[in-house]
Amino acid sequence: MTQEAAAGQLAPSLTRQEVRRLQRRNQLENLGRAWYKFSRNPLSIVGAGTILLVTLLAILAPWVAPYPEHVRPFTDFLNASKPPSLAYPFGTDEIGRDILSRVIFGYRDALLMGVFVLAIVVPVGVLMGLIAGYSHGTWIDTLVMRVTDIFLAVPPLILALAIASVLEPNLFNAMMAVTLMWWPWYTRLVYGLASAMRNEFFVSSAETIGASTSHILFREMLPNMISPIFTKMSLDMGWVIIIGSMLSFVGLGVEPPKPSLGTMVASGAKYLPDQWWISVFPALGIVVIVLGFNLLGDGLRDMLAAEGV
Amino acid sequence: MSPSDTHLLEIKELSVHFRVYGGLLKVLDGVNLHVHPGEKVGLVGETGCGKTTTMKAILRILPMPPARVPQGQIFFKGRDLLRLKDDQMREVRGRGISMIFQDPTAALNPVFSIGQQLIPVIRHSGANGPRRSRAELRQQASAPLREVALADPERLLDSYPIQLSGGMRQRVCIGMALATNPELLIADEPGTSLDVTIQDQVLRLLHDLVESKRTSVILITHTLGVVRQMADRVYVMYAGSMVEVAPTRKLFQNPLHPYTQGLMQAVPRLTGGGVAHGIPGRIPDYLNPPSGCRFHTRCPHVMEVCRQQKPPFFQVDADHHAACFLYAP
Amino acid sequence: MNEDILVVQDLKKHFVVGHRGRLRREPIAVRAVDGVSFRMRQGETFGLVGESGSGKSTIAYIAVGMYQPTQGSLQFRGQDLFADGLRRPASLRKAIQIVFQDPGSSLNPRRTIRQILELPLRIHRPEVDPLEEVIHLLDMVELPPEYMHKYPHMLSGGEKQIVAIARALATNPSLVILDEPTSALDVSVQGKIINLLLRLQREFQLTYLFITHDLSLMRNVASRVAIMYLGKICEVAETAAFFENPRHPYTQMLLSSIPVVTEQEEAAKPKKITSTGEIPSPVDVPPGCSFHTRCPEVLEICRRVDPAMVQTETGHVARCHLFEQPPEVLAEFTRQVAQLEAMRPQP
Repeated sequence: MTQEAAAGQLAPSLTRQEVRRLQRRNQLENLGRAWYKFSRNPLSIVGAGTILLVTLLAILAPWVAPYPEHVRPFTDFLNASKPPSLAYPFGTDEIGRDILSRVIFGYRDALLMGVFVLAIVVPVGVLMGLIAGYSHGTWIDTLVMRVTDIFLAVPPLILALAIASVLEPNLFNAMMAVTLMWWPWYTRLVYGLASAMRNEFFVSSAETIGASTSHILFREMLPNMISPIFTKMSLDMGWVIIIGSMLSFVGLGVEPPKPSLGTMVASGAKYLPDQWWISVFPALGIVVIVLGFNLLGDGLRDMLAAEGV
Repeated sequence: MSPSDTHLLEIKELSVHFRVYGGLLKVLDGVNLHVHPGEKVGLVGETGCGKTTTMKAILRILPMPPARVPQGQIFFKGRDLLRLKDDQMREVRGRGISMIFQDPTAALNPVFSIGQQLIPVIRHSGANGPRRSRAELRQQASAPLREVALADPERLLDSYPIQLSGGMRQRVCIGMALATNPELLIADEPGTSLDVTIQDQVLRLLHDLVESKRTSVILITHTLGVVRQMADRVYVMYAGSMVEVAPTRKLFQNPLHPYTQGLMQAVPRLTGGGVAHGIPGRIPDYLNPPSGCRFHTRCPHVMEVCRQQKPPFFQVDADHHAACFLYAP
Repeated sequence: MNEDILVVQDLKKHFVVGHRGRLRREPIAVRAVDGVSFRMRQGETFGLVGESGSGKSTIAYIAVGMYQPTQGSLQFRGQDLFADGLRRPASLRKAIQIVFQDPGSSLNPRRTIRQILELPLRIHRPEVDPLEEVIHLLDMVELPPEYMHKYPHMLSGGEKQIVAIARALATNPSLVILDEPTSALDVSVQGKIINLLLRLQREFQLTYLFITHDLSLMRNVASRVAIMYLGKICEVAETAAFFENPRHPYTQMLLSSIPVVTEQEEAAKPKKITSTGEIPSPVDVPPGCSFHTRCPEVLEICRRVDPAMVQTETGHVARCHLFEQPPEVLAEFTRQVAQLEAMRPQP
């Protein structure tokens, strides 16, 4: 190392600190550009805001919900089936529990299920897709994709019902069931992207330089798949919540008296149309969170799209 | 401003801006161009100079939210195209003005046969005439294919683009563009994606066809050698406006504008002599273009006035103009 | 030292793209490279010219280890490049590098210039400080060091290609393969890139395999030129001889078709040979001499027999019957074929 380099000087005009400073400046500029692309469509901001709100509500549920005790065993027949009012903004259900509080807590489980499922499904599915796609045409590809096809062939809801009916009906088992049927979609997505991408010149370049396979998969190819993967993840949050609600609806999800948006819609259905609020508000709750994720997903897609050539 | 009577196409002081992150991309900065009936005009410019934007502006196929036209007129046979309504513009496209794109593979829809793409063009061109049967339309569609020297047009109508070679696809595109007998043909880099020997064939074909039909042509290219063979008159474009215009022979024998001179000497010579250094610098940032003459930052003859004012066209010869203060009287 | 740095012998690369027939299942092959032999001397710029389907890019990809030959061999300084199939020792990978044609797709759009340049350094030169060396590389190719934090899309086409060149040189290679390095760029930028390449060649004693379809460029860059058609080499000569005295009819056809800019060049071109017909696909190579379907001097023998490479002058070879056989023999062949045709029973 030269004397200048030892002193931190890398070139006549550059020290190591300056390099870091420049790097920081470029990173900030990239963030600014990303935000610009995201915010082109005002609906993306609506989506982002909605999800932010929902997440805050879910995290702070015990402090934000007006009647947190209503999610534990509780009855109050004096106030049962009361329509929306100042005391109970979403009304009360047939045994007197505040629907607003239960919806807020319902968001907890909905988000939890989404995060749990995706936290398992995405790494597993993406990894398998990368390996299969990069080995396109070999036995590894065939093995991985046929296994994936088997899982895809089973109708998802039937699979989930079968699993959930064999095991105890609780949140955890419902999440396991959804996880098992969800990962193939990511494998499929990434497999398609990877088998096309491995012919790109920048991949060939890394290969001719002698980079390891793991470098090529995770450092060269994966960063170019961020956009479709993140977009899918965002939309999937909505889907997982819906599937979870469907499972609860048929009694195979969260066990009562814990609130689940799906169960609430189900049990309130028989009171339609007179005590409409018992079913409608939880249903709207589902709509809001799913729509929020969809709009957020659109925004992410715009933001993460690679710059034009 | 009223158009000149002898010009088929006349672009006057056209400016086009794009709204992007960070501000306004001032791509076109006062473009002036005209084409006489039956004339072959070459438009030479490098990547990013705005030639494709100009052509898209003529055909009004620019995406209008990010793009804006703050100034300018495009007269075609006396009518300002920028002020036409959508259905009037549709009449002009295809019948009055036709376009051939750079990449014939991308210009043809891979899932439709040649006939499925060519027949609607034929139908559109005769839409105001009598109704024609399918058989008649097919027969009329064979004519353009024969004109571009494609063998067995009947079978070709049922073929798909993927079954054709690059040269054949480009000929199909030329046939489609000329099928409606347009008065003006815009050819955007017609041979670039083809091999040299095939490009030679295609360009000669194009030359013969437009001569026989008396079609006017705007030939866009970044290859000087191509305009030398094909064009009657050449415009040289840099960073959003024209910098020089002259009849082809005069331009090549005596390039006036420093950019044109730079381009000419940058082309490697078949006779040897080494590779010149090209033109230093890069094309300007359209967000913050240089003041005055947009070429001044790269010009070996830059003067103080060049930084302050944009040079207009100075007439140096009867039909040879250069937008450079070196030629100010 | 003028040793042979690369020796290519009878190289063939066929890609099987399908099968013909239901029972026999004959493979349909694209004969991308179909028997190519040449030698490259240390320090020279060997030019490879040809149109699409000629196989020139395939040769580049084989040399750098992306494809394995179907037949034939490549020896680098006496070492067989494919001794272990597609696996290569690091020392060989270091020594042979490539610059691809399209700078837009040869740089990973999601990596910064610094990351792109650090990769070869980390693998092949772990002893140097990556940051210092990246700055040194950028300086060597006359790019400002600030560029290291940028992403490829922020650079112009020429700048991207310069980064690709810096990347290729990061391993201190001996042989650099340049596959159409300036074809995607404007002519005003081309000069800068070419002069950079020439300067680096002098400075580091590099050997270049220069591939392009632009003959005018080749004239000013290469010391020797080989022209390819449908997977085979048609002619090889020192540059001046190649352009001033082209022997093969395809070379003459190509030279007569290129657009030039000055009168002098126009005069220097061979007389106009109108090329007719399409270039055959490498799946369906014509029998005999593969060029015979478009050759203005085609003879009967050309339709049936593939010519061998013969020397026309010192240091100048061409693969054409016109030089392989004396004219009397060719005329005799034609006469005999005509006789046979006449004797054939009429239907």
